[in-house]
This record gives sequence, structure tokens and C-alpha cells, in this order.
Amino acid sequence: MVVAATGLASCSSGSDDGGGAVQKAELLNVSYDPTRELYAEINPKFAAKWKAETGQDVKITMSHGGAGKQARAVIDGLDADVVTLALAYDIDEIAARTDALSPGWQKRLANNSSPYTSTIVFLVRAGNPKGIKDWDDLIKPGVKVITPNPKTSGGARWNFLAAWAYALKKYGSDAAARDYVTKLFANVPVLDSGARGSTTTFVERGIGDVLLAWENEAFLAQKELGKGKFDIVVPSISILAEPPVAVLDGNAKRHGNFQLAEAYLKYLYTPEAQDIIGKNYYRPISPEAEAKYASQFPKVNLVTVDDEFGGWQAAQKRFFNDGGVFDEIFAKTKR
Amino acid sequence: MHRENSRPAARYGLIAVAVLFLALFLVLPLAAVFGEALSKGATAFGSAVTEPDALAAIRLTLLVAGISVPLNIVFGIAAAWAIAKFDFPGKSLLISFIDLPFSVSPVVAGLIYVLLFGAQGWLGPWLRAHDIEIIFAVPGILLATIFVTFPFVARELIPLMSEQGRDDEEASLSLGASGFQTFWRVTLPNIRWGLLYGVLLCNARAMGEFGAVSVVSGHLRGITNTMPLHVEILYNEYNFVAAFAVASLLALLALVTLVLKSIVEWRFDYHRGGAGH
Repeated sequence: MVVAATGLASCSSGSDDGGGAVQKAELLNVSYDPTRELYAEINPKFAAKWKAETGQDVKITMSHGGAGKQARAVIDGLDADVVTLALAYDIDEIAARTDALSPGWQKRLANNSSPYTSTIVFLVRAGNPKGIKDWDDLIKPGVKVITPNPKTSGGARWNFLAAWAYALKKYGSDAAARDYVTKLFANVPVLDSGARGSTTTFVERGIGDVLLAWENEAFLAQKELGKGKFDIVVPSISILAEPPVAVLDGNAKRHGNFQLAEAYLKYLYTPEAQDIIGKNYYRPISPEAEAKYASQFPKVNLVTVDDEFGGWQAAQKRFFNDGGVFDEIFAKTKR
Repeated sequence: MHRENSRPAARYGLIAVAVLFLALFLVLPLAAVFGEALSKGATAFGSAVTEPDALAAIRLTLLVAGISVPLNIVFGIAAAWAIAKFDFPGKSLLISFIDLPFSVSPVVAGLIYVLLFGAQGWLGPWLRAHDIEIIFAVPGILLATIFVTFPFVARELIPLMSEQGRDDEEASLSLGASGFQTFWRVTLPNIRWGLLYGVLLCNARAMGEFGAVSVVSGHLRGITNTMPLHVEILYNEYNFVAAFAVASLLALLALVTLVLKSIVEWRFDYHRGGAGH
């Protein structure tokens, strides 16, 4: 890949820089589905900063898809220098199955290596014709719910856990929660493999009454496709999503760009990047950016995966691995 | 003649149904693709297809087709020659193997290579140790494309060459021509239209393949994105004009292929008909 990347990169940029002899560094960021716009804005800013500091040009290549699918690709050899995925479990999986990074990766950067947080909200059609106000409205007959597939999508796993947490709090037992989530998935007509696919299904193809979406994705759909077409509904309970980032030491060192990769991820914590993060509707973690963008985010009652489910390892094993709760539920909902 | 004319209603009815069907399922979607592509004017269309990542995708698609089609020609002629002109044990097994890519889903075709060359695959560790990249790089895309286009030329030539038999070649050889001369002067002219037909189909598939290539691509913009994959990425980025602009290039390609195919079919039939009499 490195060979191919260098070859093609020099082809495509040859005309712009007139074939200058400046050494060009490359970085591959493998990310989850909805971060397309975020990194499209962050990458040139970081490249400019890196150029100013080191004199080196850097070309950052992106790959986007459902977080589980992306992690699988990295495990299968997609040669990422950094991964920026939807949830910790997928990076754990890379740590467990490759020698690219060590198991303690999540302690290396601040805030559990998550430079921003987000949550899950509902996107409904303008005027909320089905009167959807909270999770209970999603299991009513005739309500079509759009969510991606938890097997391949990180956002979908957050959706699932948020729904479960709500039902557990409201009805008080695991059996009732399972019953609720079973009814929820019986109302899902399409399972796309990534969050962006689901957004497109809901927004462009006009399928469904409510989209369970990343907060940032919901805002983006509103912003990109014109105000007035969609409303955001904030449920009474949702989940604190912490999408983490990590340098894949093994790969980056082999490519000789470990320092670059590390600087790239640290850059995400700088005021400049935190501002871009807030602007793209992710919840920034730096106090200044948090204060600046506080008004755009609704107040949501958030549970965490650690408190509610004992962390991602446990949640993944219980709900999403083969033969887990999701598989059982899904088998039941197939009509 | 008389019978056909005696039931004009049925005839026009059938024609109307066919035309309506074509319009609904073929012409309308095609028109929609071009309509969406040009919805923001020719300038937007132009910049969408000349943008660096789009150009890289076009280049990669041409490169992949440019390598896989010639390989397919060589393999197809060799296989068809062996099967049509010689008898050997396991011949029908070989034919079945050539057909395999037709019956295997493209996703499986991609996964085969992940299993073989992926980091966790059989050859993965060795490849990584030697710094050879296959999956999520151009070689993987090439392999996947070659796999799915494997049967096109061979499948076209086998019946043709079987039908022609080996009399011409035997005559040529007995008159003192060398093997190569026989191939160049006798066999190739006999099969050229069938070959061209196979090449066209092979090329169309090589440029348009999505499934198998998607599995091994890694979706790196400007690096491992072929045109069909680029269309998907643009679409997912809400960049509909650009998505449909690139899609319309693919559609144009299909139309050109269709026209060439019709010409070849016409010549092919003519040639065959002439030979038969």
C-alpha cells in the first residue's frame, strides 16, 4: 500500500507542486462512518500546522465505513497509522488480534483517548407527524425506525445500548428491556452497514419515521439538507458515546511516521481542533470549546457504558458477539 | 408473413409493452443519472470529474481494465484453444472451473483474497515481513477484477472454436506453416469477432465491478478507489452531483460498450452466416 500510495500520490499531486523535491509524509486515518466532514476540515488545518512546524508536507488519506467493518479491515491488513473509531471495543479488537498496538492504548491520551463525545438522538420528519417524543413511541405499531446494523456499525451499538438502558430504567428488569428492544427491532425495515448508510436511507430515500442517529449526524442531516425538513427529538435517556482514537504503533513505526501520527491525534485536543469539533456538532471536551458550543447541544440525561453495562468488553460479549442478545432478538424479529 | 399481419393488435401490444418496460427500467433511470449529474450545470459536472480524487479513480479503473483485459485475452484464447482443439482427461472439470467466477458471488470473490493475503490470512505474515502489499492496495483490486472477469473471453471462444474444429489448423500445419503462423494467420482471423465480443464484455465488467473490489479496496480516496467505489463515497458524502457525474461517466462507458457490442454482433453473425453457407 505504501508503494502504491506514494506512486499514485505523486501522480495526482505532481501537477500542483510542480514536482518539487520536498519530502512528503503520508498518514492513513481509518475512521467510522459519519466523521467524513469532520476530518475533511481537520486534516488541512493539521497539515498546515505540521508544515509550519517541521517544513514537511503531509498527505492524509481517509477511509470511512461502519466502525466494526473498519476494525475488521485493519485486522485484515488495512495499513492504518491511526484509527478513529466509534467505540473502544473495536480498537480493543485490533489490539487483541494484531501486534499493532498494546492493550493499554486507551490510557495514552486524555479522556479515555476520546477527543470528543457525542450521544444518540432521534431524527424525525418535519412537524413530527408520528408524534415521537421518547423511546416508548418507537415500538408503537406502524412506526418505522431506521438504525444501522449493530454487527457492523458502532453507532448502531450505541443506539442499541441507549434503548436498552432506557427500558431497563423504566421497566426495571433485563427481561423487560429485552422485550422492549425486540419490539424496537421488529419496527426496523432496513439495517444498513454504517451510520451514513442509514442517514441516506432515511433522508434521501425517504424510508422510515425516525432515524436513531449520532447527534452530530442528526445535526448534519438538518444542516446539509436544508432546515425545515427534519426535527431532532431528544429522548429522556440516552448514552454518553466516547469515540476513541489511537495510533497503531506497529504500523506507524514501520512507515516511519510514528511522530506524525502521534502529533495528529494530539492535535485533536488543541483549541483549534476542538473548535472544529464543536462546529461539526460533536461535543468538544476542552472547557473553552465546550462553553462556546454549549447552547447548540440539548441537555440529555446520559448513562455511560461503564456504569450501565460494565464497559465495552462486557457489553460486546453480552449483546453483540455471535449468539449474543442481538442475534437472539434479531432471529425473533424476522418475519 | 400473413399470420403476423393478421394480428396487428397483438403485435403492437407486445411492442408497446416492451418499449414501456425498457423506458421505465432502462431509459428513465439512465436519464435520471444524467439529469442529476447536470443538475447544477456543466461547470459543476466538469469540476466533479476533473477533481484529483475523481481523476485518480478514473486512472485506477483504466489501469485495472488495461491489465486485466489483456490477461483475460491471453488466458481465454489459451483455455479455449486447449478445450476446443484437444481431448484430454479432466476437460469438463476445467470448463466448470472456468465458469466458477460466474456462479460465485463477487463478495466471496473478494473475501477469498482477504483470506489468502490479508494480515490474518495464509500468506499475510510472510507478505508483511517482505513489505508486499496486496489487500487494500492496487494488486488486490487487480486480483479481484481478474477473478470476476476470468470466464468472459474463454466462454465466448470455446463454443466458437469447437464449432470450427481443427481442420483449418491441420491443413495449415501440413502445408508447412509454423505454430505461430498458424495461430496468427488461421486461428485468429477465424475467432476475431467472438474474441472482440468477449473483450468488450470483459472490459465492461472490469470497469464496473463493485462487490469484489469493495471488499479488498479499503476505500482509500485517491489510492484504492475505482470509479464505482468513488461513486459510493461521493454519494455517502451528500455530494450527489459529483456522485452522479462519475456515475454518468460509467453509464456512458456502458453505452459505448453497447454500441460496439451491437456492431460486433452484427459482424459476427454476418461472418458466421457466411462461413456456414
